[in-house]
Amino acid sequence: MSTHDPHSDVVVHGEGELPDRFDDPGLHEHKPRQADVDPKVAKRVERQVLFLFTLSILGTIGVVWAYFALPPGETPDSMRTSNVVLGVCLALSLLGIGIGGNHYIKVLMSNREYVEERHEQRSSDETREIAVQMLKDGAQDSGLSRRGALVGAGLTALALFPLAIVVPLIGNVGEDWNVRKFKHTMWKKGTRLATDPQGRPIKASDVTIGDVWHVIPDGLNELEHGKLDEKAKAIVLLVRLDPRDLKSDQSPAGETWGYDGIVAYSKVCTHVGCPVALYEQQTHHLLCPCHQSTFDVADACKVVFGPAKRPLPQLPITVDDEGYLVAQSDFHEPVGPSFWERATK
Amino acid sequence: MSELKTPPSGGAKAAAATADYLDQRTGVGNAVKFFARKVFPDHWSFFLGEIALYSFVTLLISGVFLTLFFVPSMSEVTYPTEGVWATMRGVEMSEAFSSTLRLSFEVRGGLLMRQIHHWAALVFMAAIVVHMMRVFFTGAFRKPREINWVVGFVLLILGLAAGFSGYSLPDDVLSGNGLRITDGVIKAIPIIGSYMSYFVFGGEFPGHDLIPRLFTVHILLVPGLILALIGLHLFLMVMHKHTQYPGSGRKNTNVVGYPAVPVYAGKLLFNFFVVFGVIALMAGTMTINPVWNYGPYDPSPVSAGAQPDWYMLFLEGALRLMPGATEVMIGPYTLSLNVIIPAMIVPGILFTALAAYPFLEAFATGDKSEHHVLDRPRNRPFRTAFGVALLVAFFILVLAGSNDLIATHFHLSINDITWTFRVFLFLGPWIAFVVTKRICLGLQRKDRELVLHGHETGRIVRFASGEYIEVHKPLDAHERWLRVQHEAVRPLEIEPAEDSRGVRRKGYKADRMRQRLSQLFYEDRVEPVTPAEVAAAHGHDEHDEQHTAIEGHGQPAGVGASAHGAEPDGETAPDGRNS
Repeated sequence: MSTHDPHSDVVVHGEGELPDRFDDPGLHEHKPRQADVDPKVAKRVERQVLFLFTLSILGTIGVVWAYFALPPGETPDSMRTSNVVLGVCLALSLLGIGIGGNHYIKVLMSNREYVEERHEQRSSDETREIAVQMLKDGAQDSGLSRRGALVGAGLTALALFPLAIVVPLIGNVGEDWNVRKFKHTMWKKGTRLATDPQGRPIKASDVTIGDVWHVIPDGLNELEHGKLDEKAKAIVLLVRLDPRDLKSDQSPAGETWGYDGIVAYSKVCTHVGCPVALYEQQTHHLLCPCHQSTFDVADACKVVFGPAKRPLPQLPITVDDEGYLVAQSDFHEPVGPSFWERATK
Repeated sequence: MSELKTPPSGGAKAAAATADYLDQRTGVGNAVKFFARKVFPDHWSFFLGEIALYSFVTLLISGVFLTLFFVPSMSEVTYPTEGVWATMRGVEMSEAFSSTLRLSFEVRGGLLMRQIHHWAALVFMAAIVVHMMRVFFTGAFRKPREINWVVGFVLLILGLAAGFSGYSLPDDVLSGNGLRITDGVIKAIPIIGSYMSYFVFGGEFPGHDLIPRLFTVHILLVPGLILALIGLHLFLMVMHKHTQYPGSGRKNTNVVGYPAVPVYAGKLLFNFFVVFGVIALMAGTMTINPVWNYGPYDPSPVSAGAQPDWYMLFLEGALRLMPGATEVMIGPYTLSLNVIIPAMIVPGILFTALAAYPFLEAFATGDKSEHHVLDRPRNRPFRTAFGVALLVAFFILVLAGSNDLIATHFHLSINDITWTFRVFLFLGPWIAFVVTKRICLGLQRKDRELVLHGHETGRIVRFASGEYIEVHKPLDAHERWLRVQHEAVRPLEIEPAEDSRGVRRKGYKADRMRQRLSQLFYEDRVEPVTPAEVAAAHGHDEHDEQHTAIEGHGQPAGVGASAHGAEPDGETAPDGRNS
């Protein structure tokens, strides 16, 4: 079993004639099964196996029948029926064969155990010697040992050639590689805040205290290209609080980024980017359903719990002449999850 | 081909002719000679790897069906107003999502195949993990099987890759948010994170390239690698010959079991049908991943209680547990340790520990010999405890990945649950380690107790002197062998730091560290009972029925010769189990 010293500390001394270890008593005596000695049992098992194989045949017929007779149709009920009948018949077809066959093997097939010798994995010393000699002969024949420069050039060529494939691949795979796009969204001065997903502009007067609106930039739905890419960055959550409850927001001194208790924050979690979609009216907390980062809307969307570090960036808003909510500018920092050069210019 | 004595039937003639044709061109006779009666040990736990194999075959069969109808494209389409699924009429979606709806609802049997495919993927991963646990806890990874352990480990990783890439293909809102999380994790990689994100998504998230790329990964690269490695895994298994559980007659130098033809091959064949059948039954009766209820991917909506497939939950859990304060700035640069640690370092540690364990154990054991007889987990307390500790850490992360469901189902505060898991992630594995090790040592002592004193019979005897004793029945030779066959590995002994002349030797420090590791593994141990100890034990129990029995067992070598001679005349029939 192992090369360890089989001696044991706990051997009681003075019993010198006893061996150190017990001996393997050898294989169990082979005991016949019921079906081996009683032909009636064997016959019964045969019938059971026959029944299971027949069940399989019926299952297959059932699948073909259900395929024609039970189309999925147009209602959830007909779809469910079709799926259940097909699935159960297929299961019968397979399990009939599987269980029947295994039952036969287990009960009727000979269960005599055989013993085979194992051999060590390693090759014999002789084989090893021959193998090494063969490699030496091969190296000799190749004549490479005398041509160092040639070997070096060959290896260099081999090492470099993958570049011929990798460079074009890497070059193309990341589109334009312009990662600065992470830092901007389609919000800009005067972009109206619109409802998600309809794209209807929102008037400040429509927003009552306690309301929470899912917002996209006006014009997003009309984009020809990259609509989802832009939406992934531009989604905003609009909340109106009683101005007395609003402890702080992110506007720098001298600016007002909110409007009469209405504040807009990026909906993209600063942890790994899930939409922070759950708002709790009583506590003014925003909860990310993915990893439970919790942000306090009443207090500049600071993190109060969870794996996010940074507050959700605020979108500076105001109202235009017609009373619609509009952005003062883009976000003043990149939205969404952190990345290495996030805070650089 | 030998001449047949009786005139052969037409069928036999045709078979012989075919065999001859093939053999002359391929020498297939050699392969048949090698394989046909090869012996394979039998045990229910050897079926676990088979389940993984057959669920993979099921995945291939159902997967081919799906590729014929699925369109891996992110082009925008609108679900037709006369489409069969009413809630999606007029909704904008990708072609991937709309073709998923079509193959679920309009292709007959398509929904069944999709559900078979998804269930089979879950079973595949579960079977791999449980199979790996079996291999780990029984020490089947020891020499010469370390390489095969690594192959299996790579298969586990590839299984994760296959599952994740396939899960994302329907482009529904649930898997889309999973991809968004992936994007966030990729971006957190220091220095090159943004570029890695562009590399994966072909530009900004979500872009238009991801689904076609994942499709290629999912149906070509990963399954191709899995197939190749399964081939290698099985080749090595056959070459090494399968391990066997300890028991009478099962030695390190033999393999005891059933021949390939007919028993083992038959079981292989029929077990495939059982596995496929069970998966088909699951797919027919249990809905999985109903993307038509989630809707197509849109970056804005997300639902609470959104969990990934089970094998990804541990990553999700790790992300949830990490406090955000760990994100730091290095000058103007952001280092998101709150993402890097849970998404890369923690799984990195878990997986590296798993992959490297066989080599670590071999190093600590100082063992260079081959092992073909499996360990009973109790006989390797450190290994068993280590494995359980690793599993507990994994399990806590899985639970943490479901903390929102725990909160809503048990009406608990999500913050409290998160804090509890944060603490338990550090405490749990240690507790599990200590408890498991104690249980193992306790079970070993129980084994010793049984071998030394036999089974309790419940028969109380009063002696003339008034003394009461309970009669114990000695174990038969098979029962006893199972409990004494193993070696209790001892910590390594090393040469002293100084030789006889007091000169410090080189390499002592390295040796000492190795010895420390070895002591950690093997300091606490219970030695198997020796014949002398049994004899001594019966020296004490003068009145015991065993007293007579041990006389008969005075020469254990002789006892071993006959199974009959080993049967004690006890009160209760010995149970003949050997494992």
